[in-house]
Amino acid sequence: MAQEYKLILKHVDAPGYGRDLDSYLHHGGYQTLGKALHMPARDLPDGKKMTAQEQIREEVKISGLRGRGGAGFSCGLKWSFVDRKSGKPIYLICNADESEPGTFKDRQIMYKDPHQLIEGMAIACFANDVHLAYIYIRGEMVDGARILNEALREARARNFIGRNILGSGYDLEIHVHRGAGAYICGEETGLIESLEGKRPYPRIKPPYFPAVLGLWMCPTIVNNVETLCNVKHIVAMGGNEFAKLGTPNNTGTRIVSLSGHVRKPGYYEIEVGKATMRELIFDPQFGGGLRDGRNLKAVIPGGSSAKVFKAGEKFKLKKKDAEGREILVETDMLDLPYDFDSLAAAGSMSGSSAIIVMDDSTDIVEALANVSEFYAHESCGQCTPCREGSLWMSKTLHRLTHGEGRAGDADYLLKIADNIPGGRTICAFGEACSWPVQSFVAKFKDEFVAKGKADEERRAGQGNELAKAPTEAAAHH
Amino acid sequence: MINQNNLNVMSFNASKELEAEVDELISHYPVKRAASLMVLHAIQEKFGWISQDAILWAARKLELPPINLFEILTFYPMLRQQPMGRYQIKVCRTLSCALGGAYGLHRHLCDRLGLDAHAHGPQTTKDGRFTVEFVECLASCGTAPVMMCNDHFHEGVTLEKADAITSACK
Repeated sequence: MAQEYKLILKHVDAPGYGRDLDSYLHHGGYQTLGKALHMPARDLPDGKKMTAQEQIREEVKISGLRGRGGAGFSCGLKWSFVDRKSGKPIYLICNADESEPGTFKDRQIMYKDPHQLIEGMAIACFANDVHLAYIYIRGEMVDGARILNEALREARARNFIGRNILGSGYDLEIHVHRGAGAYICGEETGLIESLEGKRPYPRIKPPYFPAVLGLWMCPTIVNNVETLCNVKHIVAMGGNEFAKLGTPNNTGTRIVSLSGHVRKPGYYEIEVGKATMRELIFDPQFGGGLRDGRNLKAVIPGGSSAKVFKAGEKFKLKKKDAEGREILVETDMLDLPYDFDSLAAAGSMSGSSAIIVMDDSTDIVEALANVSEFYAHESCGQCTPCREGSLWMSKTLHRLTHGEGRAGDADYLLKIADNIPGGRTICAFGEACSWPVQSFVAKFKDEFVAKGKADEERRAGQGNELAKAPTEAAAHH
Repeated sequence: MINQNNLNVMSFNASKELEAEVDELISHYPVKRAASLMVLHAIQEKFGWISQDAILWAARKLELPPINLFEILTFYPMLRQQPMGRYQIKVCRTLSCALGGAYGLHRHLCDRLGLDAHAHGPQTTKDGRFTVEFVECLASCGTAPVMMCNDHFHEGVTLEKADAITSACK
């Protein structure tokens, strides 16, 4: 049976645990940083030496850690792309611009255990020869920025950051940088532009891969809050031990944000892939099921950008049988293990690990209209397909939810959504705004068509000339 | 619009504290321009909004053409180009909060404060006490519906709770 596994959230919410430095130190805080900074070079069989930094980067690779922000990209690989020979400074930015609808996990870490993030950052910075780093926190988290600034002040006073940290000769400064209410700043190149003091227009790749041409055109690492906390635990326990948590290629733990129509919404840390969607939604130790008399209608499994699952939807997943042969197993949506690969195989994603549950009281057209309004508001406006497409989808859904719909709106929505993603836009926002429309409309098409049809019929009954099909007389007019 | 002829006419009075705070912020970055957003935050914290004179002052501090600040002022939803109410209420409208009753909460607040729940954008009461607006996901979806009143964050906001919060705003 699935259980919570608290690695990152080990102390968060524990009675008596505070977010101050003394509390953190009392629970073994900053010992891992000390270990990292004073790690001796390791002798290799060929006579060469592996520096402490190289060893840490190697451990992160071995751990199999994948980014916790949304894309699930290998952290070790991301670090390996960093241009270390450019002669330019290398920067690290903690992406704390948590704003994917449904997600509220980084908030828990920053508000309740800020020193864990700072320690993870300091280790990641040391491992990558970074001497100046930023925490880009979303503007609305006013208290979060204050808490982090206070924690940084405490850490500076005790020499966990600053000059010659713990006598190691290593210098690091970390500053908090606040956003100002724009979702696009979560996209790493948009974030970099924002940090540079510009409009957060994402940069085109190639050539602007942050690992080579990032902040001020210098090599830059952008990692999520939870990812950086994981780095601390990887160094503490070793990459191999970390990789034993979770499932193959989906290692470690993840903090799942559960919201919507469940009895116990909240954040639950699990070993990746060791709980199914059904357990997360229905098990009493997690979501605790739906409200009385309600049935499940739909689940968005990884933040609002992820393609929706319809209750009862089935997928054919590859599995190994007892003799190790690969077989296809029909799997209900609810029985998908909550990990990166299974959800991708089912055509969606675990994204930022945010599950939004909708029961049968939900008007699915209204739900999509809500999500599309979000994307129309948040498109940065740089690329025409995204700027115009997100707005037209939102306007179409607005008329469908305000009595002005048409039976053809469902197909119309799909046509727009199909023409935004796939290399037509600079960043993945084009995909993010299209996926909900493509999946909601395809999987609940009858509801979209019925709504438009009912509107047409009602208007026709009211004698609205504009709503009627064109007649010959009108055509000659 | 900003009149280039008026660049030297400064009617913006930055206090010594603001000047010191801005200098400190600028020192956090190897390139001055990077401090732009933080400087605008600092100005808005003191004055509640960012005037054109404030933009000119910040531009001089950051050694930038004013347009560089004006273009970010007009992009970010949190930055204000005109004065707002003394208490600014931001109600999250995105999916999880909508499922949790955010639209009813927003309507209730507007009705109670004499504002139009269907109007677009932030709305301010005639007495200048409240501004109410819908904002996008505030990243606390598990405690829906949520809202902010100035810097304070409120979770699981029932209509009664909303009334108590607004009543406490003098």
